[in-house]
Amino acid sequence: MNPALIPLVTGTEVTFWVCATMMVLGALGLVLFRKAVYCALSMVVVMVNLAVLYAAMEGPFLFVTQIIVYTGAIMMLFVFVMMLVGIDRPDSTVETIKGQRVLGLIAGVLLAALLIYAIAGAVTVGPAGLAGPNAADGGNVQGLAGLLFGRYIFVFELTAALLITAAVGAMVLAHHQRIHPKAKQRDLADERMRAYAATGEHPGTLPNSGIFATHNSIGAPALLPDGSVAEKSVSKTLVARGATIDPAGLQEGTRRNFEELERVRDADEEDDE
Amino acid sequence: MNPENYLILAAILFAIAAVGVLVRRNALIAFMCVELMLNSCNLVLAAFAQMRGNLDGQVAAFFVMVVAAAEVVVGLAIVMMIYRTRRSTSVDDANLLKL
Repeated sequence: MNPALIPLVTGTEVTFWVCATMMVLGALGLVLFRKAVYCALSMVVVMVNLAVLYAAMEGPFLFVTQIIVYTGAIMMLFVFVMMLVGIDRPDSTVETIKGQRVLGLIAGVLLAALLIYAIAGAVTVGPAGLAGPNAADGGNVQGLAGLLFGRYIFVFELTAALLITAAVGAMVLAHHQRIHPKAKQRDLADERMRAYAATGEHPGTLPNSGIFATHNSIGAPALLPDGSVAEKSVSKTLVARGATIDPAGLQEGTRRNFEELERVRDADEEDDE
Repeated sequence: MNPENYLILAAILFAIAAVGVLVRRNALIAFMCVELMLNSCNLVLAAFAQMRGNLDGQVAAFFVMVVAAAEVVVGLAIVMMIYRTRRSTSVDDANLLKL
């Protein structure tokens, strides 16, 4: 058998097939997961694998830029905005346009078919490889720098203007005007005193949460001397969530610990006598 | 390694991302799908760079990355602003300009 007919499996091919599988799975995850954070993580998978493909395609500069700019900066920005807008509500599954999902899927399949059909004949020359161009200037980064600051210098200058404009635009969009003047400490104190005069609300600080022999969490309500709970010692949010600790158990633990102390003290006194 | 494989992979990713833009309602996820489209175009540029044996494709991919970074900054600022006024990131809720 002619050895030229045996398909030669190279490292590049193994890399490609592993990364391609991961990328398609990640892209599907991006579209199919209902929670936004899972989608972001699928996107990270796609981007890191794409970076590996760049490395396999003799582009070490793109490899590093992909990881730093896309995975590091852009995805971090996405996750940060997700944190700001809240992620507790997953995407709704109700279709506002009837049959939108099926039509979208059909459109996607057709688009993929069209693209693959269109570009399947686009490869007219074999892979020339970048070993030559990369070595010409002493390395991939040097070669890219030569192009960026040579033939593409004007485009490069324009990207600087673009980035500045984007940064200013984002600041203008994120800026919001204050409708009421900011309440200063003096105003807050006056407000508290007015509330005291009107409703008799205690103007001082709120009682802190209970610190007991067995508990010191913020969910533990402070107990008043008669054993009842000081309502203001725990946050309303915790009460609404039911995350507070049952006061009966607290009283019980404190009582038991005191009894233990009393017993030890009694025993000591008996020893002294 | 046949460079056509890279192009087909990029086409598949582009199509998946296009479906995502069409069917997802969360503005952030639709936006991430747009990013995926840009990434698949970058893959094509890098593949052609390797195929033709010059670095211009990689320079183009680098410029796409710069533009994507600027786009994300402005786009996310817009998403934040819509969230601030409408308390939602769903693209269906931004309907005040509808007739």
